[in-house]
Amino acid sequence: MKTLKFLIEKEFKQMFRNPLIPRLIVLFPTMVLLVFPWAVSFEIKNIRIDVVDHSKSTYSKRLTDKVSASQYFILHDTPPDYNTAMLNMENDKTDMILEIPSSFDVDLVKSRDSEVGVAVNSVNGTQGLLGSNYIMQIVNDLSSELRGELTQTLPPQLRASMMHMPKIDIVPQYKFNPALDYKNFMIPGFMVLLLTILCGILPALNIVMEKENGTINQINVTPVSKMNFILAKLIPYWAVGLVVMIISITLSLLIYGLWPAGGVIAVLISAIVFILSVSGLGIIISNYSETMQQASFLVMFFILILVLLGGMFTPVSSMPAWAQWIAAINPFNYLTDTFRMLYLNGSTLADVSGNLLALGVIAVILNGWAVFSYKKRG
Amino acid sequence: MRDNRTLLIILGMPVVEILLFGFAINMEVQDIRVAFYDPTPDAFTTGITERVKQNSYFTYRGDMHSMDDMEESMRKGELDLAVVFQQNFQENLVHSGEAAIQLLSNSSDPNRGSIAVTYATAIIAGFQQEQTELMQIPFQIQAENRMIYNPLMKSSYMFVPGIMGLVLMIICTIMTSVSIVREKERGTMEVLLASPLKQGTMIFAKTIPYMVISFIDFVIILLLSYFILGVPVNGSLLLLFLVAILYITLTLSYGLTVSTLVDKQVNAVIFSAITAMIPVLMLSGMIFPVDNMPQALQAFSAIVPARWFIEAVRKVMIQGLGITMIWKEVLIMFGMTLFLLGVTIAKTKKRLE
Repeated sequence: MKTLKFLIEKEFKQMFRNPLIPRLIVLFPTMVLLVFPWAVSFEIKNIRIDVVDHSKSTYSKRLTDKVSASQYFILHDTPPDYNTAMLNMENDKTDMILEIPSSFDVDLVKSRDSEVGVAVNSVNGTQGLLGSNYIMQIVNDLSSELRGELTQTLPPQLRASMMHMPKIDIVPQYKFNPALDYKNFMIPGFMVLLLTILCGILPALNIVMEKENGTINQINVTPVSKMNFILAKLIPYWAVGLVVMIISITLSLLIYGLWPAGGVIAVLISAIVFILSVSGLGIIISNYSETMQQASFLVMFFILILVLLGGMFTPVSSMPAWAQWIAAINPFNYLTDTFRMLYLNGSTLADVSGNLLALGVIAVILNGWAVFSYKKRG
Repeated sequence: MRDNRTLLIILGMPVVEILLFGFAINMEVQDIRVAFYDPTPDAFTTGITERVKQNSYFTYRGDMHSMDDMEESMRKGELDLAVVFQQNFQENLVHSGEAAIQLLSNSSDPNRGSIAVTYATAIIAGFQQEQTELMQIPFQIQAENRMIYNPLMKSSYMFVPGIMGLVLMIICTIMTSVSIVREKERGTMEVLLASPLKQGTMIFAKTIPYMVISFIDFVIILLLSYFILGVPVNGSLLLLFLVAILYITLTLSYGLTVSTLVDKQVNAVIFSAITAMIPVLMLSGMIFPVDNMPQALQAFSAIVPARWFIEAVRKVMIQGLGITMIWKEVLIMFGMTLFLLGVTIAKTKKRLE
């Protein structure tokens, strides 16, 4: 135990000899939580649209007005033909084109059925889909408005039958995030991202740095056990991670008014288990690397996989089955899910115990591997 | 670069990542876990229930027997949507002409929450339309949709250029900054700087091998995206290569600049990793469209090189546009490169004096 204490003291001294590290621990979470939550939103507003109106009738005019009055669209231009509008799309001046055929009003009145053309830039699939959905809504609104006006002119018995259509009331209730605020959803994810970067990169560079500096040989000739050596490497990152968590929890309360309904203790406990697993991964990388450059490439490689396949940005449930298997061994995925449940759903420690167990198993395996792969005489 | 293992990592990393992310990253909301609470089952409610169960977006998770059950499984994160029918649903609908369905959606993920409600609403409306056998509705306006550039709505069209920007940024920045700082740490840099070679020539000579390796990386990513992910190359291949070379030069210059700012390898790694990864993920438009951000962040995102690269690649590769449509992006990247090289040379000179 005494050896461990001295080793830990050595690690702390080594860590704080580099003036960048303490600054990083405080400034990095502050910056990230202050700036980036504002950048995340899938809500599509301000879609630029060109309306090509071949009809130039009262009805087409009403449709154009409805589009430009909508909060989702900005009417960019009303070019005379489709090709001009298409050129605007190529020049990235507009995102959507609504084309109203010249027979629009005639069709509407005579055959009671008319068609408009919608072309949308769908490089960003979500934007394309939502944009065309919004147009559908506007078009439907217009047709029911027109229908309402028409019913006034219908014979009374027909009007009565239209009024008496049974109506199903659909009452949506958005639980846990009634304002549908994307920031609330992403902030717990940012906390996990911070922990992953700091408690993943720093340990990955640690042992390999001692290899490059030659100080590892000094440790190797002492009777320090592998277990103690690795433990002493891990514990300081626990401390780093906890400081990061405390800063993050405080900032998200002060700036965004977010507080874990499931209890702050539960948040810290799950963070501790998670830090163990990413730091373990970092140490494994460090053990296998010969140079700092190798270690840094490898750790970035794994961090990207942890993050991008970890459900922070895109849902795990929409990944193919093999990728969901990767997610099942991805600690990032478990902690993001846990934090979101604790912060938003008001889940309790008992509710997230399954995730904690998975994180614990991952941590034990990774750290066992870390001890094993540290070749003392290497 | 006398190191095969590092080379293997640099060339292997993009291969694994483009394949993993190209196939796995998908925005589409699927597998919405749904449960029903139906106190008085009747023909209408079972009809709606069946229809929701059969829909491919929904995964049926069982019937609930009380609102408390429902609350609990939502809190545990087992449920995305709960459909709650009013008591005596059919009776109400037939007699008073009105009945209510409550849709409780787990909206901790707002995107998922609102899309689940949209899908369910559409199913219920469709069911009702069938039941009431509507008379032909007058004033019907149909909208015919055309998805330009990405007719199949594949997520990879959007993400592949982003992943290119991200992976190249990380590799180029870390590669240059760490290896130059390593020479600084060991003192071999001083030997080189003291030699009669001009600084410009020296820096140029240093970066050439990195440029070659990064370009090979780009070609590998491009081949995999085209042949395996099926992302088209609609524009000129030559133009795409030129954009890539410009971006690689830019990111290498950034690595050089980082190397003049720090003097420890650890710090070079931390600095490059943080500045190359987070801004690209968050602000480049790779995942979140830049147009939706607040003005201040849009302005901030203008200094993220990957933003311009990703825009240019999307235009050339997916939209098939020519040089006249991307001159802005090209000029900005060119300007950034000159600026970073200028800073690097100035810093190096100062250190020597």
